[in-house]
Amino acid sequence: MTIASTTQQICFLVLAATTVLGALGVVLLPNIVYSAFLLGGVFLSVAGLYLLLNASFVAAAQVLVYVGAVNVLILFAIMLVNKREDLSAIPGLLLRRVLSGTVCAGLFALLLRVAFTTRWALPGPLPVGEDATIRIGEHLFSDYLLPFELASVLLLMAMIGAIVLARRDVFASDVITGEPVDQGLIEKARSPMLLERGDTSPNPSSPLVETSR
Amino acid sequence: MTADSTIPLQAFLTVAALLFCTGVWGLINSRNAVRVLMSIELMLNAVNINLMAFSSYLDGQLIRGQVFAIFVITVAAAEAAVGLAILLSLYRNRETVDMERFNLLRW
Repeated sequence: MTIASTTQQICFLVLAATTVLGALGVVLLPNIVYSAFLLGGVFLSVAGLYLLLNASFVAAAQVLVYVGAVNVLILFAIMLVNKREDLSAIPGLLLRRVLSGTVCAGLFALLLRVAFTTRWALPGPLPVGEDATIRIGEHLFSDYLLPFELASVLLLMAMIGAIVLARRDVFASDVITGEPVDQGLIEKARSPMLLERGDTSPNPSSPLVETSR
Repeated sequence: MTADSTIPLQAFLTVAALLFCTGVWGLINSRNAVRVLMSIELMLNAVNINLMAFSSYLDGQLIRGQVFAIFVITVAAAEAAVGLAILLSLYRNRETVDMERFNLLRW
């Protein structure tokens, strides 16, 4: 990819600014729907950064997988668990925020120090540029063949696991005998595992009582 | 000329470090479980930026960093699917997404 250097720098600055500001918005905004949409913006700008780094295939994969799948999945999860709840105040929340902010700032300083004091082996070999996709394909089918196949197995396991975990175990009728199933039994069989004592009310829509700790 | 001469490698590393630290802060401080998952995605993206930058600047011929980034994207997609399924199941049982109330395993 050949672009004038000034254009490249402007593109980098804009993409970096949107990435960082979007990430801050994801973390800090009170409304989680705005956070989810900003997360899509962050993913898109990261894909733009990949394009600046001569990686068109990974940029396309980033847009397809992250913006197309993960972000939509997160939006669906937000819709499914959409309940306005006023979070109870915790003692020491501000202290926790300040402390973790300090730790994160320290981590950032450490990473910056590493990045700027290490003598990288620059300039490295000339980038392949347009041939990156061909090179990735050669890698995936020669020396990275085993991880590639393992990734497919991992995706299959994740798919089955997600279905099993998120499935609602409520059937209208028994699969084998065809008799109608008592819904209350299923709910009762599932619920005591996670509910605390005194909360096992038969009405599932009743709000849980916060036990005093 | 390619990107290597105009934008220094450290610029990409700085952006990735900022993104990672933002993700860590959000991971610790979020009360909403969905936001915790979003913070994890931010951290994975930061790692991916690092991989791509090193692959382009230091390993331009054998772009192994890009292959690694593809694997990271795959694992991140699987993680998001399973994590959100766990979240849905948890929400169905506890009727909340507040991280402070998921304290079943706390001593």
